[in-house]
Amino acid sequence: MNNPVIDKLLVYLIVFAVGGGLCAIAQLLIIKTKLTPARILVIFLIVGVILEGIGVYKPLNEFCQAGISVPIIGFGAALTRGAIEYAKQIGILGALGGGLIRTSLGVGTAVVASYLVTLIFSPKSK
Amino acid sequence: MEQSERNQRYENYVASVTPKTGTWHSLWNSFWIGGLTCMIAQGIGDLYYALFPHLGKDLIVNYTSMTIIALAILFTGLGFFDVIARKGGAGSFLPITGFANAMASASMEFKTEGLIMGTSVKMFSVVGPVIVNGIVWSAVAGMIHLILAGGM
Repeated sequence: MNNPVIDKLLVYLIVFAVGGGLCAIAQLLIIKTKLTPARILVIFLIVGVILEGIGVYKPLNEFCQAGISVPIIGFGAALTRGAIEYAKQIGILGALGGGLIRTSLGVGTAVVASYLVTLIFSPKSK
Repeated sequence: MEQSERNQRYENYVASVTPKTGTWHSLWNSFWIGGLTCMIAQGIGDLYYALFPHLGKDLIVNYTSMTIIALAILFTGLGFFDVIARKGGAGSFLPITGFANAMASASMEFKTEGLIMGTSVKMFSVVGPVIVNGIVWSAVAGMIHLILAGGM
């Protein structure tokens, strides 16, 4: 019954369906409401903040895994987890830095890699 | 008379050249491209977990997102990401890889204005709203949590 290969396949299927589904919802919002991508990103980010804030994100993440953590919802949730953790550790001011501390590896990678890529490559003329 | 005829012909030409992307078509594209991105990330995470089980889940999640961010930025530099972005719509910008692409492409685009006033200033021109709102609302959530915990 508990075949590990089938379990693994099921996880990947869930990841694909949830991640794809979230992107399709965002695409539908763009088509139907003419919201700009930046607004969509902020909306999904705040969804992540709320899900983590009310404690729903963790069980969702255990079920959906990368399907929910790779879309920007996961970034909002990681920021919020950090803010809550550091607020508990060092008091209310910890909420200001906690989000950045928890997401610093990703943000730092993005900034440094973007800078390096800019130094190495030149934009292709359209 | 001739003018309007020419306009009509031009409009027909524009309509024939503009790619027809129906709602369902673009929804399907963003679905599979977004889903595939998440599955690749899941695969990289599982690979790290199999290779370095001693690192622990938190660190592996971090390394996985660093890997896909770095890959997306490399693809942006090489010009591959444009192809994905044109086709994928929300499927390419909603995942964290799209966030990385937005930073890298903005910083590359303004390279001609210099590394300080171009690249460094414009790097956050697209992702700035995400970072700012993320920090502000996560800080609010952290404070609310602490106040509720202290109050009860």
